[in-house]
This record gives sequence, structure tokens and C-alpha cells, in this order.
Amino acid sequence: MRVFQQTLKYSVVLLLTLSSSIIFAGSGGNGDHDKKGNPIDTQEEIKAYIKHHLQDSHDFTFYTDGQSGTHYGFPLPVILWDQGVKMFMSSKFHHGETVAQSGDSFYKLYHGKIYKTDAEGTITYDDHQHPTNVKPLDLSITKSVVGMILVSVLMLLMFSSLAKGYKKGPIPTGFARVLEPLVIYVRDEIARPNIGEKKYRKFMGFLLTVFFFIWILNLLGLTPLGFNVTGNIAVTVCLALFTFFIVQFSGNKDYWKHIFWMPGVPVLMKIILMPIEILGMLTKPFSLLIRLFANITAGHFVVMSLIALMITMKAAFGPVASTGMSIVLSLFISVIEILVAFLQAFIFTMLSSLFIGMAVQEHDHH
Amino acid sequence: MDQLLNDFSPGLFFMQAIILLILILLMRKFAWKPILDSLNDREEGIQEALDAAANAKKELQNLKSDNERIFNEARTERDNMLKEARELKETMISEAKEEAQAEAQKIVVKAQETIASEKKAAIADLKNQVANISVDIAEKVVRRELTDKDNQLKLVESMLGDVTLN
Repeated sequence: MRVFQQTLKYSVVLLLTLSSSIIFAGSGGNGDHDKKGNPIDTQEEIKAYIKHHLQDSHDFTFYTDGQSGTHYGFPLPVILWDQGVKMFMSSKFHHGETVAQSGDSFYKLYHGKIYKTDAEGTITYDDHQHPTNVKPLDLSITKSVVGMILVSVLMLLMFSSLAKGYKKGPIPTGFARVLEPLVIYVRDEIARPNIGEKKYRKFMGFLLTVFFFIWILNLLGLTPLGFNVTGNIAVTVCLALFTFFIVQFSGNKDYWKHIFWMPGVPVLMKIILMPIEILGMLTKPFSLLIRLFANITAGHFVVMSLIALMITMKAAFGPVASTGMSIVLSLFISVIEILVAFLQAFIFTMLSSLFIGMAVQEHDHH
Repeated sequence: MDQLLNDFSPGLFFMQAIILLILILLMRKFAWKPILDSLNDREEGIQEALDAAANAKKELQNLKSDNERIFNEARTERDNMLKEARELKETMISEAKEEAQAEAQKIVVKAQETIASEKKAAIADLKNQVANISVDIAEKVVRRELTDKDNQLKLVESMLGDVTLN
């Protein structure tokens, strides 16, 4: 069993590395969705490509052959809630080119979103070029969901093996030796100092999970598999909402008193401070979700733009210079992004524990 | 902002919430709880071992100081004993000396007394002998008186020469 697990682990790592090297070569130069036969080479096309990458998608494309227009990848299941569950594979959309039929309803994929249409796939637009068609609740196993499930499975495998290791002896061996200091780091550097010795234990489950979840997803986003999970606003909103609810539900009497009736200030100030404090209650998770989203999105955007430099600058500097520049710069930014991947996970967990700490803190009466 | 709202996918949000919730619950049960428990146990074990070591060290220290104290006590006791013995010796010697002196004194006094009494007896004896000798001489002188005055003197002289005062 152990050998099997290890083999699995190593093969996942190997697969990630291999696919990164192969797909990097592809993602920079060609791979067009909309126009067959043309490599992506104009400013607008690159912009659209990056934008497309930053969004979630309903299929898993590793590489697209620009010349023949074939996509290498696999479709993912689409699950819609539209007066009952509708399930089919995303291959039915043919990357947005055809209308998918499920039962007697028709759906079309348009800019990464699924709209309900008629049999011809007509999409009506409003003044701002936004489609006005009905959007069914899309519970599909999208690329981001695949990423999250992948990370969840990885985390469960890694940390349950660490947990099992303790049954054999107090000192972990092998890969667990790498994981243990990370767990200790989160506990001793993030949770304990911010929440306090007495109460930190209750929140460790959330903090550790969120820390490793964000970190591994951030790192996964740096592999050219094309994941952009933590740079997805829905994901960061969800993470921040978890923190928000945990803070509100674990807040003690002092916490609520400081929000609604600040002690130690004149009555007039209490009334003025109340809305400010309530606003503060909401801005805290908001800052969390925007920070994570913006950092990761910006990171992806910059890396992809720098890779695209080799095309955009080809006219100005020639192919060799532009490629060299692109490689050097994107390597540099990628190294920084590895740091940012950790940093954002750290900051998110740190601030979450800080907010929790503020909510559960016993104030001495001042 | 409009773009952000447009990008927000309720479906993904929903899936993420479910996945995260399940993940937190599973991780808590299968990973974090046993990991944190064993970490705690290990840290407590280490703390206990350290405490035990510190205690042992302290006890050793105590034992050492006890030993030292006992040793010191033994030494002072020995010193005291030696001192007492020395004092005893000295007093004994001085007493013996005094006794000996007194005895000697006594012996001397006795001897002096004996000498005195002996001397008296001797003197008395001598007196008797002198008286006897005188009488003898007188007798002989008287006997030879008839012959010669010179002879008489010779005789006296020879007789006196015989007399030894002892």
C-alpha cells in the first residue's frame, strides 16, 4: 500500500513536470481557439488568450494545434441545475462552436459561460454587449473544480500519511519530514501568536487546510497545466466568506461590544463608531478576497504577457533577442511568483488568524 | 468591478464551498487532529524528559552538596578529635611532670632528712670516737710520760697522725 502510494506520488510529480515542459512550449507561440490556421500573433489575440486563460473553463485543454485546429486535452462533465439536473460532457459544446442538447433544452458556451438558448444557439445581447440569455446554475466539474479536487486528494494523501507515520514513532520519515515543519510553522508562527495559546487549537483545522489549499493551488497555477483557481474571484470570495463566518460565530461578547457600543468613549462617539466598525467587519474579508485574487491574477497575467513578449517584440528586436528577453524575464517573474504563491497563502492564513484572534480575545477593561 | 461581477461564477462558488467544507472536515478528522495530537504528545514528552533531566541534575547537585557537607563535618570532627587528643596528651604530660616533680621533691626532702639524721648520728659517733681516742691518747701519754719529754711529744704527734676523721 505504502509503495503504491509513493509510486502514485512520484508519478503525479513526474506528470506535472513533464507536462509543464511540453505545454510551455505550446502555450507561448500558437494555440488559437477562435481562428483556425493562424497562430496567435496580434496584440488583441494575445490579450484574448490571456483573458481566456484567467477564466475558468469547461474542458481541459493542454495544447491546441493552431494549424489543424485540434485541441489536445479531455472534456469535463457539465452539470447544470435548470429545472432538474442536466448532465453531459463538455465535448458536446465543441469548444463553444456547437449547441449542446440535453433533454429538450439547448445550451451554448459563450466566453466560458453556459447560456440557455434555442436550438440554433441564438444569443441576444444588451447595449453593453452582454448576453441576455438565461444562465442556468452551473455546477460543472470545471477546470478549477478539477484543480481543487486534485489538491484535496493530494492533501489528504500527504497529510494522512504524515498522521499515520506518527503511529510508528514520534519522528516522521521520508516526505513527511518535509510536511511536519510546515504544519509546525503554521501552528507556531501563524495561529498561536495571533489567536492565543488557549484558543488556537479550535481553529487549526480551518487554518491549516486553508493554508495548504491556497499554497498548493497557487503552485499548481504556476505549472503550465493552465490552472488558475486562486485567481478566480468565486474561489477567493468563498475562502474569505469562510473566514468571515468563522470570525462572526466565534466572536465573544467583547467583540460584539466593540462593534456596536465601543467601551471607553463618549456616547456620541459610540454612535459614530458603530457604522464604521460594522463596515470594518465587512472590509476585513473583502480585503482578503481581493488581495488573493488580485495577486494571483496579476501574477498569471504578467507571466503570460512576458511569455508573449517573444511574439509581440519579434518585429522590433528580431526572433532571437525577443525570445531571450522573454525567457529571462518570465523566468525571473516565475521565481518571484513561487515566492508570491507561498506569501499569499501565508498572508491569507495570517490575516484570518488575526481576525479570529481579535474576535476571541479577552479584553482587559480599559 | 463590472468585469469582476461578470466573472463571478455562482456555480464555482457553490462547488468550492462544498469542496472546502468537506476538505476541512476530512482533514480535521484524518490529518490535523492526529498530527497535532502527536506533535503535542511529542512536545510534552520532550518537555517531560527535559524536566526529568533537570531534576536529576538538581538531585545530583543536592547529593554532591550533601556529600560535601558530610565530608566537611567528618573533617571537623576529626580535627576536633585530634585537638582533644593533643590537649589530653598535653595535660597528661604536664600532670605527670607535676606529679614527678612533687615526688622528686618529696624524695629530696626525705633524703635531706635522712642525711640530717645520719649526720647527727655520725657526729655523735665521731664525738664518741674522738672522746675514746682522746682517752686512749691520754692514757698512752700518761704511760710514757716518765721517760722523756721529747718522746712524749713524738708519741702525741704519731698518734694524732693515726687519727683519721672520717
